[in-house]
Amino acid sequence: MTGAVIQALLSHWRRHKLQLVTMLIGIALATGLWSAVQAINAEARASYQRANDQLALGLHDELRNPSGPIPIARYVDLRRSGWQVAAILEGPLRLNGRTVQVMGVDMVAYPALPAVTQIEQSETPPDPAEILTAPGRLLVSPKLAEVLRAQDSLPPILQSDAVPPDLILTDIGVAEVLLEKPGQISRLLVLPDQPRGIPRLADIAPELERIEASSRLDTAQLTDSFHLNLTAFGLLSFAVGLFIVHGTVGLAFAQRRAMVRTLRALGVSMRRLVWMIMAELTLLALVGGTLGLILGFFLAGALLPDVAATLRGLYGAPVDGQMNLQPQWVLAGLAMALAGTFLASGQALFRLSRMPLLTGAGLQAWRGSAIGHRTSGLFGLILIAGGFTVGYAFDGLIAGFAMVGGILTGAALILPYLLSLALSAFQRGASGPIAQWVWADMRAQLPGLSLALMALLLALAANIGVGTMVSSFRLTFTGWLDQRLTSELYLTAADNQQGQQIARWLSPQVDAVLPIRSVELAHETGPLFLYGIVDHQTYRDHWPIIASSEGVWDRLHAGEAALINEQLARRANLWPGDALTLREDHTLTIAGVYSDYGNPTGQAIVSMPQLDQIAPGAGNRRFGIRIAPERATDMAQALRDQFDLPRQAVVQQAAMKAQSLAIFEKTFVVTSALNILTLGVAGFAILTSLLTLWTQRLPQIAPVWALGLTRARLAQLELLRSVLLAALTAVLALPLGLVLAWALLAVINVQAFGWRLPMYLFPTDWAYLFALTLLAAFVAAALPALRLLRLPPADLLRVFANER
Amino acid sequence: MLLMIDRVQKSYPGGRPVLRDVSLSLDQGQTLALTGESGSGKSTLLNLAAALDSFDGGEITLDGTTLSPLDDAGRAELRRQSVSLVFQQFNLIPSLTVAQNLSFHARLAGREDADWTGQLADRLGLSDLLARFPESLSGGQQQRVAIGRAMAARPKLLLADEPTGNLDETASANVLDLMLALVADTGAALLLVTHSREIARRLDQHAHLAGGHIT
Repeated sequence: MTGAVIQALLSHWRRHKLQLVTMLIGIALATGLWSAVQAINAEARASYQRANDQLALGLHDELRNPSGPIPIARYVDLRRSGWQVAAILEGPLRLNGRTVQVMGVDMVAYPALPAVTQIEQSETPPDPAEILTAPGRLLVSPKLAEVLRAQDSLPPILQSDAVPPDLILTDIGVAEVLLEKPGQISRLLVLPDQPRGIPRLADIAPELERIEASSRLDTAQLTDSFHLNLTAFGLLSFAVGLFIVHGTVGLAFAQRRAMVRTLRALGVSMRRLVWMIMAELTLLALVGGTLGLILGFFLAGALLPDVAATLRGLYGAPVDGQMNLQPQWVLAGLAMALAGTFLASGQALFRLSRMPLLTGAGLQAWRGSAIGHRTSGLFGLILIAGGFTVGYAFDGLIAGFAMVGGILTGAALILPYLLSLALSAFQRGASGPIAQWVWADMRAQLPGLSLALMALLLALAANIGVGTMVSSFRLTFTGWLDQRLTSELYLTAADNQQGQQIARWLSPQVDAVLPIRSVELAHETGPLFLYGIVDHQTYRDHWPIIASSEGVWDRLHAGEAALINEQLARRANLWPGDALTLREDHTLTIAGVYSDYGNPTGQAIVSMPQLDQIAPGAGNRRFGIRIAPERATDMAQALRDQFDLPRQAVVQQAAMKAQSLAIFEKTFVVTSALNILTLGVAGFAILTSLLTLWTQRLPQIAPVWALGLTRARLAQLELLRSVLLAALTAVLALPLGLVLAWALLAVINVQAFGWRLPMYLFPTDWAYLFALTLLAAFVAAALPALRLLRLPPADLLRVFANER
Repeated sequence: MLLMIDRVQKSYPGGRPVLRDVSLSLDQGQTLALTGESGSGKSTLLNLAAALDSFDGGEITLDGTTLSPLDDAGRAELRRQSVSLVFQQFNLIPSLTVAQNLSFHARLAGREDADWTGQLADRLGLSDLLARFPESLSGGQQQRVAIGRAMAARPKLLLADEPTGNLDETASANVLDLMLALVADTGAALLLVTHSREIARRLDQHAHLAGGHIT
C-alpha cells in the first residue's frame, strides 16, 4: 500500500514540475543566505579561537601598567622575588604597505606555543639557540611568509600554520629591534603554579595591575555586535526565502486535497498520509538544503575576504580570508532547512490533516479571506506595539533586535489588510469597467500574492532602512573626517629621536607641527587610549565635539579637564561635568564628548603636559603638519629626501581620507550584498507566486476575454496589476524603512558600536529603489503575461467547457 | 441574415474532425436549439459563432462581418459589440458585485443604460442582491446574473451553452422562461446549445449535430 500511496503523492510533482522547482529554490535560497552568514561568522570565530589557542591567550592572568609600557627593570624585580611571569612585547609593524602585528614573547618562560612545538618536531628542526639569539627567527603563517620573503632586512623566516594570519611571532629580543622598543614590555603573563611565599604585587610593583583572564575582553566579545548584525540579516533573508516555501507548499497541498480525499476514501488513514507527507517534506528539505549549502558556501567564500578585512580594520581581529568546509556547518544548515520547511509547511499540513473526508477540494480556502486579513492585521498591530514596548523597556542589543523584529513582522502581517483597503478605495474611484475590474481583481488576487508581497515589503524596508543608515553614516563620516583629518600631512618618524629632529626641522617652514602622542591605559570599560594635544586653533576650530561644557578648550589646556570619545561616554555613561579617573591618583573633569566613528575602543584627550605627567615617555613619532595645501606635495617629498623616510611614512590628507573611506565602504559590503540578495529573493517570490497562481487565473480571465478583451490587452493588464501591487507595497515600505533606519541609527548602532548618528533622508535613493522594484515586478510578471499572450483560445475555452 | 454558418470545418488538435461542412443560419429575432450527444461539437460550433475560436474551412458571417479574415482584436471587437454569451458554469467575474457584473458587458460595449439594467435586475429578481458577490449566490441566482449581464448589452445575438445544465428542474424552467422572454422583448436572436429535447421544443428551430454534420 505504501508504494501505491507514494506513487500517487509523487505524481503531483510530475505534473507540477515548476512548483517543485520553485519549492526547492525557495528552500535553497533561504538555507543558502542563512548558511552563508553562519559560515562567515563561524569562520571568523574559529579564527579568533585558533589565534587564542596558538598564542595561549585568555588562559592566564596578566600584569599591565596603566601608564604605558612596563620597564624591563620591573620584570627583573618580579622574577628575582620569585614571581613566575613571562614578558610580552607587541605592536604593529608596517611592511610593504601592509600592517602586521608583531608579538614577541620570552620564549624560555612563555607556555609552550603550538607553532614552536611544530617547528621543533619538523624534519629539520632549527637549533633552539638560533631562535633566541640575534638575528633570531620569525615564525609566520605560510601566506605571510610569501609576502615577507622579499624583505631582506628581516631575520630568517620559519613557516608554521600554527601562527595566526598577519602576525609575526618571535622572541622578545627580536621584537624589541623590529618594533624599536628597546627595554620595553607590553604586558606580563602570570604563569600557573606560582611558588608559595612570594611578595604581594602591591609591595613589589605597585604601579602594575593584575587583570584576571576571565575579565578581559577578547576578540570574540569585541566583535559580538558585528556578528549579531550579520546574523540578523541572515535571519531576514531566511524569512524572505521561507515566504516562497510557504506559498508553494500551501498551493501544492490545496491542489492535492482532492487526491487526499480519494486516498482516504480508498482506505488510507490520515495518520499514514500525514507521516508520508512529512517524509516527502523531509526529502525536499534535504535536497533544497543541500543546494542551499552549496550556494551558501560559494557566497560565503565570495564575501569572506571583505568581512575579514573589515574585522581586521575595525577590531584588529585575526581572520583568515579563506573558507573551510566544517561538518557542523553542513549539519546546522540542513537542520535549518528542515526546520524552515516544516515551519513554512506546518499550517498547510495541519489544515490538511484536519480536513473532513467529505469536504470539497477547497482551493478557495488556501487563498484566505478578508476576515483572515483583519485577524492577521490585528496580530500585526500587537506585534508592532510589543516591539516598541520591548525597545523602550529594555536596554541591550537583543532588545533592539527584538524591537526591529516585532515592527517588521507586524508590518508584514498588516500589509494585506492595508493593500485591501487601498485597492477598495481605488476601485470606488474607478470609472471605466476595465479599471473597475482591474482593481477588484487585484483585491481578489491579494490572498494568493500576499506572502510574496510581504517578502517584498520586508526586503524593501530593509533596503531603505539599511541604505538610509549607511548613507547617513557615510555623510556623517565624511564630514567627521574633514573635521578630524585637518592637517595637510601626517608623518610617522622611525623613532622618537628622529621625530624630534623632524619637528625641529619643520617648525620654521610650516604653519604648525601637531604631535600625535598616545598611551594605552586600562579602564573599567576596557582599554582606554589617552592622547595628548598641544594648544592650537586647528583643534578649537575643527574637533567634532557633540557635547561640551563652558570653556572646554581653555579648561583642557589649563590641565583641569579632559575630552572623551562617544564610545567611552555611552559605555561608562560619562558626560560633561562627570569625573574621569585615568589613574588612581589622577582624576579629571570631563569637559566635552567628541564623535569617533570606526573606533571600537574608548579614547580620552588631555593637554600635552597632562599626558607627560600621567604617562612619561609616551612615544613622539607621529605628527600632523599644517601647511598651505599647495605646498603639501613638495613638502612631503622634501621630508622623504631629507630624512630618508619611506613613502608611506608621510601621507597626505587626501590619501588618508581615501584610506579611511575605503575601510568604511568595505565595512558595509556584506550588508549591501545581503540587501540586494534579499530584494532578489523577494522578486523571485513574486514570480513564483504569479506562476503558481497561473492555473487559478484562467477562470477569472476567460470570461473577460469572452466578453471582448484581447489576450494582448489582458496580458498588459497582468503586467500592470503586478507593477501596481509592487508600487503600492513600495509606498508602504517607505515609512517602514524609515522606522527601521531610525531603529538602526538610534538603537542598534548605539548598542552595538557605541555611537549615535544623525539621520538624513535620501529621496533620490528611494526613487531609484522604487524604479528597481517596479522593474522587478514587471520582470516577474512578464513570464505569466507572455504565457497569456501566447495562450491558444482552446485553453481559454476549456474554462467554459461543460464536460470538464 | 444575422448569423450565417457556411460549410464550416473544424478539427481538434491531432487532426480528429469535429465539424464537417456544417451550415446553418439565424435571422434577427429567431431562436434555434442545437442538440447532440456529448462530444458531437455543439459547444465548438457555438464558440466559432461567438468568434471565440477559429475554424479550418468554410465561412461564418455575423452581423455582416465575415469572421475568417479577422485578427484577435477584430474578433474581440465583434464579441463586445454584437454577441452575448451565457455559459453552463455561469462564468461571472468573482471579484465584482452583482451590480457590477450586470453592467460590465454593456459598459465594455459603450452601451451602458442604467434604466435598462435596473429593469433587468427587477425582472430577474436580482434587485436585493446587487451588492453581493457571485460566490454568495445560488446556482439559479448566478445564472440569472449571467443572463442579465448578457442582455444588458442589448446584443443582436445571444449564444447560450447549456445555460440550465447546472440547475435543478424548477430553477431551470425559471431561467429559460426569463431568457426567452427577454430575447423576445429585445428582438435578439438566440442560439442555444442543450441536451434537453424538451427545452429544444420551446425554441423556433431545432438543429441536431451528429458525426460532425447537421441532421
